[in-house]
Amino acid sequence: MRQRLALAAVLAAAVAVVVLLPLAISDYRQLQAAGVATFFVAIVGLNILTGYTGQISLGHGAFMAIGGYTTAILTHDHGWNLFATIPVATVIAFVAGALVGLPATRLSGAYLALATFAVALVVPALVRKFDHFTGGNSGILIPFHSGHWLYVVSWTTAAIFLVLAWLILRGRLGRSFRAVRDSDVAAVSSGINPTLTKTLAFAISAAFAGAAGSLFVLSAAYAQPDEFGLLLSIRLLIGAAVGGLGSLWGVVVGAVFVQMLPVWAQGISKQAPAVIQGLAVILVMFLLPTGFAGLLRRVVAPLSNRIRNAS
Amino acid sequence: MEAASATRPALRILRAPAPPPVVLLLAAACVALVIGSLVSDQFAEQTVAGLATGGIFGSLALALVLIYRATEVINFAQGQMAMFTTYIAWQLMQWGIGYWGAFVLTLGIAFAGGVALLAFALGAVFVRDWTFERMGIKQAGGGVIAVVIVTIGMLILLEGAAAWIWSPEIKSFPSAFPTRPIRVGGVAFSIQDLGTIGVALGSVVVLWVFFQFTKVGLAMRAAALRPFAARLVGVRVNAMLALGWGLAAVLGAIAGLMIAPTIFLQPTMMDTILIYAFAAAVLGGIESPAGAVVGGLALGVVLNLLGTYVHFVTSELRLPVALGMLLIVLLIKPTGLFGHRVVRKV
Repeated sequence: MRQRLALAAVLAAAVAVVVLLPLAISDYRQLQAAGVATFFVAIVGLNILTGYTGQISLGHGAFMAIGGYTTAILTHDHGWNLFATIPVATVIAFVAGALVGLPATRLSGAYLALATFAVALVVPALVRKFDHFTGGNSGILIPFHSGHWLYVVSWTTAAIFLVLAWLILRGRLGRSFRAVRDSDVAAVSSGINPTLTKTLAFAISAAFAGAAGSLFVLSAAYAQPDEFGLLLSIRLLIGAAVGGLGSLWGVVVGAVFVQMLPVWAQGISKQAPAVIQGLAVILVMFLLPTGFAGLLRRVVAPLSNRIRNAS
Repeated sequence: MEAASATRPALRILRAPAPPPVVLLLAAACVALVIGSLVSDQFAEQTVAGLATGGIFGSLALALVLIYRATEVINFAQGQMAMFTTYIAWQLMQWGIGYWGAFVLTLGIAFAGGVALLAFALGAVFVRDWTFERMGIKQAGGGVIAVVIVTIGMLILLEGAAAWIWSPEIKSFPSAFPTRPIRVGGVAFSIQDLGTIGVALGSVVVLWVFFQFTKVGLAMRAAALRPFAARLVGVRVNAMLALGWGLAAVLGAIAGLMIAPTIFLQPTMMDTILIYAFAAAVLGGIESPAGAVVGGLALGVVLNLLGTYVHFVTSELRLPVALGMLLIVLLIKPTGLFGHRVVRKV
């Protein structure tokens, strides 16, 4: 009971911070905060696949590209409402994820890493190749919005997808994800179909990435193949690992880390933002191999035990 | 280390003799290449050029395999390590050292760097665990993903450091071999390509002899395959792992020095090459050194021939086509051409 109350208090505090933050920060900072929400959605999705189902993916930037281009093409060429494109992007990315996931479930470890790596590289190349449809290297421009508008849209979407992820993971499906991660054989013997489960995890996590891609394009007001390169996929994986695999709480930290680190590094030194970023990534993974969520577990668990013992 | 090796015996590798269909297929491919080269001059030229780039993919792939076998890490920073050592060679030449002097010195520096890198990592992990234990903090390992992220961090760090120290501008890099072609019966082979093939294959052969016929090589193989058992018979496992990283760094440096004259010196020069090397290593089976070399050569030749004869494959489609073919191979044979199934006891 006490734990439930504490959880509710933390959640209420988080909601209050997100709602009240726009009052305190500039429009430009709100644009950056919208970027945090974008990464949050994508990393929650990647965490469903890598953290909860145990399948590494270096290719989630590709699903973001699919979602982002869905939004760009529908608004620019077909005059769709921006909000209506987000669910469509989610569904299309879901289908793409299922198509990639079905063969990918045959692979594991280094082989799966390479196969998903390939997806991350192939999608931007295809965007360049079929330029009459996607605008090629010059990209597609969409209407520009204020930082505040983007903040509201991005964080609302993030909240919806967080609840979705929580609902998926707490139920039967979430349990079968974890079973497949912990032991394939044990999962089969308790009646779980691992191929179906892994494919579904792939599709769901791709759907999250697709929605994030939509937000990504909205924030940039621009869809361009270079934006969806390998670096984006790598940043998502870094975010998931820094936040902590197998936890939804840590993802916020992971999202802030990947969105704000380049900005901070630029502020510390004009010459060497890449050096600082590299060092920061190495240092964080070295000190917190289980990510921020692991730290939280280590600090909070003994604390709550102490409280329970005292009362 | 103990905990990791204690779980090893549960994992039994059943080694099957090389699968006949794969060997037959490769033999058939070789015959086709030779016949094609005899029939068409252009085909011969493109095959040799493909073998040269393939040799570079192969050496870098072999470096990845060495590190994977020694420490079960996929080293995403391998290409950037190669790039960085190539910059060191450039710097040495700027200071007035001759090409081959700089070449040998660079290989030495690369070896020392690779060894130092692993020694530093092992030492740092040891100090961290010891400190945390002292402070009463329970530390859970982050597993493979944490290590992968650290190598990605190294990739970002090295690329940034090179751009910072030497500026991101493109620099030309001298070649060890003359650029003029050599003519054999109407076919013009580039001496540089032939030299690259020679150096790449030469280093692979030297490495093979080292692993097969020297005591240290045997100890390294033992340390990689059965670390716990190797320690029982007196192999210094950590030293052997560090040696593996050192050799991998040397192979990477050779690949960097050979490719730099063609693609020029710049911090991002190895990005795509690393991806091809990664593809070659996986194509051959990530644990198989021979597979890495064959995979690299095959990839180089196929890419070059496709680029020449199939006009749909424009430069932006080279990478997707290569990776698409790789995916097909993986779907038919999920452990690569030379990989064998790992049977796990539950």
